[in-house]
Amino acid sequence: MKDKLEKEKEAAQPRALPPKQTVTLTINGTERQLELEPWVSLLDMLREQLHLTGTKVGCNHGQCGACTILLDGKRINSCLTLAVMHDGAEITTIEGLAKDGELHPVQQGFIVHDAFQCGYCTPGQICSVVGLVSEGKARTLDDIRDLMSGNICRCGAYNNIVKVVQEELERSKAQ
Amino acid sequence: MSTNQIGKPTNRVDGRAKVTGEAKYAAEFHVPDLAHGVVVNSAIAKGKIKKIDTSKAMAVEGVFKVITHENRKDYACYDKDFKDMDAPPGSPFRPLYNGNILFNMQPVALVVAETLELARYAATLVEVAYEEEAHETDFEANRGEAYVPEKYNSTTPPKPWGNPEEALAKADVKVEVEYAHPTEHHNPMEMHATVAVWEENGKLTVYDKIQGVENTLQYITSSFGLPKEKVHVLSPFVGGAFGSGLRPQYQSFLAVLAALELKRPVRVMLTRPQMFSFGHRPRTTQRFALGASKDGKLEALIQDVFAETSTFEDYSEDVVIWPGLLYKCDNMKFSHKLVALDEYTPLDMRAPGGTTGIFALESAVDELAYKLGMDPLVFRLKNYTDKDQNNDLPFSSKELRACYIQGAEKFGWEQRSKEPRSMRNGHQLVGWGVAHGAWEAQQAKASAKAVLTTDGKLTISSATADIGTGTYTVMTQIAAETLGLPLEDVTFKLGDTSLPFAPLEGGSKTVSTVGSAVKKVCEKIGEKLLRLAQQQANSPLKDAELKDVTFTDGRLHLKSDTAKAVSFKEIMQLGQREQLEEEVSSKPSEEQKKFARFAHSVAFVEVKVDEDLGAIQVSRIVTAIAGGRIINPKTAKSQIMGAAVWGIGVALEEESVMDNNYGRFMNHDLEKYHVPVNADVHDIDVIFVEEQDTIVNALGAKGLGEIGIVSIAPAIVNAVFHATGKRIRHLPIKLDKLL
Repeated sequence: MKDKLEKEKEAAQPRALPPKQTVTLTINGTERQLELEPWVSLLDMLREQLHLTGTKVGCNHGQCGACTILLDGKRINSCLTLAVMHDGAEITTIEGLAKDGELHPVQQGFIVHDAFQCGYCTPGQICSVVGLVSEGKARTLDDIRDLMSGNICRCGAYNNIVKVVQEELERSKAQ
Repeated sequence: MSTNQIGKPTNRVDGRAKVTGEAKYAAEFHVPDLAHGVVVNSAIAKGKIKKIDTSKAMAVEGVFKVITHENRKDYACYDKDFKDMDAPPGSPFRPLYNGNILFNMQPVALVVAETLELARYAATLVEVAYEEEAHETDFEANRGEAYVPEKYNSTTPPKPWGNPEEALAKADVKVEVEYAHPTEHHNPMEMHATVAVWEENGKLTVYDKIQGVENTLQYITSSFGLPKEKVHVLSPFVGGAFGSGLRPQYQSFLAVLAALELKRPVRVMLTRPQMFSFGHRPRTTQRFALGASKDGKLEALIQDVFAETSTFEDYSEDVVIWPGLLYKCDNMKFSHKLVALDEYTPLDMRAPGGTTGIFALESAVDELAYKLGMDPLVFRLKNYTDKDQNNDLPFSSKELRACYIQGAEKFGWEQRSKEPRSMRNGHQLVGWGVAHGAWEAQQAKASAKAVLTTDGKLTISSATADIGTGTYTVMTQIAAETLGLPLEDVTFKLGDTSLPFAPLEGGSKTVSTVGSAVKKVCEKIGEKLLRLAQQQANSPLKDAELKDVTFTDGRLHLKSDTAKAVSFKEIMQLGQREQLEEEVSSKPSEEQKKFARFAHSVAFVEVKVDEDLGAIQVSRIVTAIAGGRIINPKTAKSQIMGAAVWGIGVALEEESVMDNNYGRFMNHDLEKYHVPVNADVHDIDVIFVEEQDTIVNALGAKGLGEIGIVSIAPAIVNAVFHATGKRIRHLPIKLDKLL
């Protein structure tokens, strides 16, 4: 009986929201100060609060790679981390890759090699390629395939994506 | 028509939008005051909701409403009001209609809150008590209850011909086996989502993930009793669908329900687990009996299919039409029965029925060829059919022989060693397999509009969709070619119910259907231009007929004398026209009915199987396609490659596993439901053989979305047999089946 009463009492009380915290992030070259609840993921911050919807959501569990962004130059699944954990970080999303209207070579490569169909996994794939190349671990075709396997493309554009990676690796070596 | 846009490997016209993140998908339309809806799903597969307690969820600050069957607003109650354009026979599911539970993960409440996080959290506080009833989700256990539906939503199984039983009894060599194929889920990368924007004047704008905006419009207006002119549905980009977007899914209905109720914009996006709570490729079991003479002539074929459906709709697909299209045989017989289970209704998924039926047919034929000691490719050549025996019709075109020849040569099929387990590469067993397939090349009715302005810019529109198939690009090419304009002067608009009608994008018919309307409307504009030019005194084109002129680089000139030319701009200025406008409808010709219209394919596959571990690698695929005229070789090749990747998934990876204790698919995420990733894919060679077809449509193009998948899975299965000597009849072939 007491349990029930307590339950009813509890149900009648509005739940307290977690307090907001101030986070400073540099996003695509612009410093932004944000007031965020601690339960906001980096992905949801980008999509819901900043309306940077180029970063996609495909599973929210780090299983598909659609939300891949560059955090301090490293590729990560933005759905698997909370925004408040990254105070002071530098973030690059798909919206920040082109400079002054000129596409990043990886973006151009995706168009030329038709490395997408529906385009939904594409921003994550592109960020992943940029991250992969700067990691400097991919040497062989098998390396590329393994290291790009965190980004699912349900349209099956993998072979064309691999062509872009190979081209970008060559380009980065030449520089 | 010297610009020659058709046949060029043009980059996608929407490519820039897709690589920069500018392309907006359904969930990404932000409007002020957008509320977020999160769905609560049932925990049981069958029974009733005894009590649903929303008080805790409602107590969370920022939660606007928890909508359930108990407090929802009124909506239509008849089945007909819930029949969308792709509904199979039966009684469609109505979200939050009453407390009855028809399937596991059925939506039972929608929590609407100020932020996504709040809605997610509050959804976990909704408490539902159920009165559980025993559910039936075990397909094999219920096969005894299989029935012939009153009406097939697919083709009715062909009537038998000849005397199959007698011919089978007399046959020298027989194969009598059973194949099984599991339930699969589409899993497009974009999860289903809808933004419903309610406006003060009662207007509703709906951004939906759908393979045809007209379907959402029809469904929403009839189920909520809204006038069509008050609802506007948009879907400019679709993040993959593969059939999952043929029917408006429950998030569409719930977003609209909440928007109408709260009188504010609401978004509902499903989670990945919820992507396993609606339509799927139905599980099937297929019994095949084949008989052949010693010299390899197919004498008899019997195919009996059992396929799952829900308890409330009779879904069926074309599983049994393939033998009569792919093999010449005087004695064939088919049956297709349904097993009704307590789950959601199955739904067309890339090459529905073809993927399933051709896998089993081509596996059975391979078994027969091995028994006969014949090269499986030779067997197919010997039993080649030039006629659709199901309907006794000739093919409008069928260059399947050319596919065999070109595919075999590229693959090196003639070097094949005959015996299973006879090729290896270190500790890997190497196997080669072949299979062929077909897919329909249909045309439907569609409309298109064209507007040409004095600056020489052409805008074409039709309410079709681009689910990644390349519709934007190929329609732009067709229009540019027809009116002789550079690609950059043409814009194609789609995914908007204010545009002329187009049917659902499905069944590989969009190029054929919408492309024909686009071509026709551009021809009408061309005719208008000529007539307008001829109104001018001293027009160099005065006596010309349409057949005498050509449209090139924004100009109209005589074929016989290119100097006699006049630019579009000049024609319109002299004729004092700001713009020329036309809208047309196109429909299939009567002539088409006299022919069977199909695209064809063959796949040659090499697999490498680790002898100790059973791990399978599809190291090489060569697939040759007879798909009529190819509008864009670049996007076409991508579609076929993508379909081949799907074939790898079908053969080796994809399986939605039903836990019969709970009546729920237990592997409902992308960690446990495996789809091919980059490391699973290796060489894929695509060949398009030359194929002329003047019957299928005015363009001679057959549509390529599905033909690429059908022959891949069986070719892999057959290659695994050749590598290992093990015939696996239950898909997918995971390594445990080889150990």
